[in-house]
This record gives sequence, C-alpha cells and structure tokens, in this order.
Amino acid sequence: MNAEPRLVEVRKNVLKQNDVVARALRGRFRGAGVLAVSLVSSPGSGKTAFLEKTLTLLQPRYKVAALVGDLATENDAARLARSQAPVKQIITGTVCHLEAAMVQNALDEWDLNHLDFLFIENVGNLVCPSSYDLGEDLRFVLLSVTEGEDKPLKYPTIFNSADVAIITKSDLASAVEFDEAAARRNIEAVRPGMEIFKLSAKTGEGIDGYLRFLENRRTNSRAAAGVPK
Amino acid sequence: MHELSIAMSIVEMAQEEAGRHGQAHVQAVHLRLGRLSGVVKEALLTSYEMACAATPLEGSQLLIEEIPVEVFCPKCDAPRLVSSIQWFCCPECGTPTPTVLRGKELEVVALEIQE
Repeated sequence: MNAEPRLVEVRKNVLKQNDVVARALRGRFRGAGVLAVSLVSSPGSGKTAFLEKTLTLLQPRYKVAALVGDLATENDAARLARSQAPVKQIITGTVCHLEAAMVQNALDEWDLNHLDFLFIENVGNLVCPSSYDLGEDLRFVLLSVTEGEDKPLKYPTIFNSADVAIITKSDLASAVEFDEAAARRNIEAVRPGMEIFKLSAKTGEGIDGYLRFLENRRTNSRAAAGVPK
Repeated sequence: MHELSIAMSIVEMAQEEAGRHGQAHVQAVHLRLGRLSGVVKEALLTSYEMACAATPLEGSQLLIEEIPVEVFCPKCDAPRLVSSIQWFCCPECGTPTPTVLRGKELEVVALEIQE
C-alpha cells in the first residue's frame, strides 16, 4: 500500500441519474405533443384547488391528466378526480419531493399520445423540489396572498428555478392586506422577467389570461416539436 | 430535507469510483456545490457522516467548494457575480438578468484515494 494519497478526477453530477430520466421524459413529452407542467409551492398555498380548476376548465376542449405527489394520503387525487380527468397519486412516503423516476413509473400505463396537457403536482415544499428536474416543460411556483409578499426572498432558489409564478387566492387579497406590488417586485428580484398570473380558483378571477397562456404554450411547443395540430 | 439522499448518492458514487481503482480506500471526496443547487452545505456535511457510517467510506472527509452565482449581464456583455441570491442583477450596472452561468453545481469533482 502506498503511503501517499492520490487524487483521481471524477467530474460527475450527483443527480445524473435523475437528469438522465428527466431528459428521456422531456423527449417523450415533446414527441407526443404533451405540454408538461409541474407545480411547486409550500403546503396550503392552494395547489390542489388551482389544479382542480385548471383540469375542469381544460377538460371539455383538451385531453388532460394529472400526477399528484403526496407524502401519505390519496385525498388530493380523490378531489381532483371530480374534474373527470385521469389522475394518479404518487405517494412518496418519507421523501419530501418528486423525482423523475417516480414520474416515469407513474406514467407507465398512460399513452402520452392521447394527451394534450399533463400536470405534475409536487409535494408541498419550497426547498427540496428545486434540485430535481422532472422533465417538465414549465415549472409553476405558487404563492398565495395569505403567505406574505416576501416568500420569494425567503426561497429564492425555487423561485429562480421556476418559469411562471402564480399568485393564488386573490379573492382574499384585501382581507389580508396583500401588497401585490411588493410581491411582484420580490418575484422580479429573484427571477427577472418571470411571467406572473394573479388569480382565484374560487371566484375564477384572472383565470382566463392564465388559460390563454397555457394554450399558447402548448401550440408553440407542438409547432417547435413538429407535432401536428 | 433531501440532503441525506444526496449524501447517499455521493457515497455510492465514490464507492463505485473506488472500485475502478482496485477497491482503493477513499480518504476524501471533493464536491462542487453551487449556491443555487438547493442543497445546504451544513446539512449535507452532517448527512454525509451518517451516509458513510458502516461503509468503506466511514471516516472519510467531504470537502466542499462553494460556487457563487454568476449571471450574464446583457448590458455590460460580461459575466458577473451576483451580490445576493435575492437579487438577480448586475452588481456593476444594476441591470436585472435571469441568465445564470454558474451556481447550480452539485458535482463530485475528485477523490483522494490510497491504493
């Protein structure tokens, strides 16, 4: 045995396995012409209500489906099933985030070619999900008006990793004296130029503009991938 | 807290690599950790110790090089280090920029082994 330690180069991404699966998923989504959207937020920000509204409104015109991550229960999937869209729960157990392989396994029985939109609701957590690529086209980060305008500054990593910010529960804004300008300023600080939608899943306020955005993104990504329609 | 599963991946990766060098004894793992990786250094160091327990890596060191966040400033046409991850703008001219060049790394760079 040599006495002197030796330095050997490795240069490997620790999350390489996840990234490989995520890249394969992204390729499948593109090829099938599905717009895949993931949702991240803290617990209780209204992800499930937002998703239920989205599925219900898109359902008459598009084929939509959702995967929902939860630590322990199937309650969210049961709630979302009311929209009539196919919904599958991913129970993560003690894992605080979704990983690409969990999404891949959950999609096993679904034919992506029959889908227009796939929504992936992550576990309610603003820390851990930021490191894991799920192969999604767009990552939405949700912030409810009841949470405080400085959430983006407290969790800059996840806000920076997202493509779109959704300010939820806008119907409660005045009751909690939500400072919208400050919230927008904070989002802009951690992710300049990020698209922001403020809406209420309960009253429907602001939903139209957000749905148009989703539809346009689907049309554009289909065109870019050379998928007809 | 996902640092434990990440620490376990690092240990697994290091063991695999050591296997390529005749089951060499790993003394240290060099890791590059970006400020935007979503992984907390202190939590990772504690998790690493736990992940190494009862493995051939027990007692090895995790040496972390923290990588600052570098963005591209379109106005200066140059890479710049942000002064805070709560403010993605050029520290020289104040132009906001979403283009991150560096700072998301979570990479095993090298191993110190004894053959």
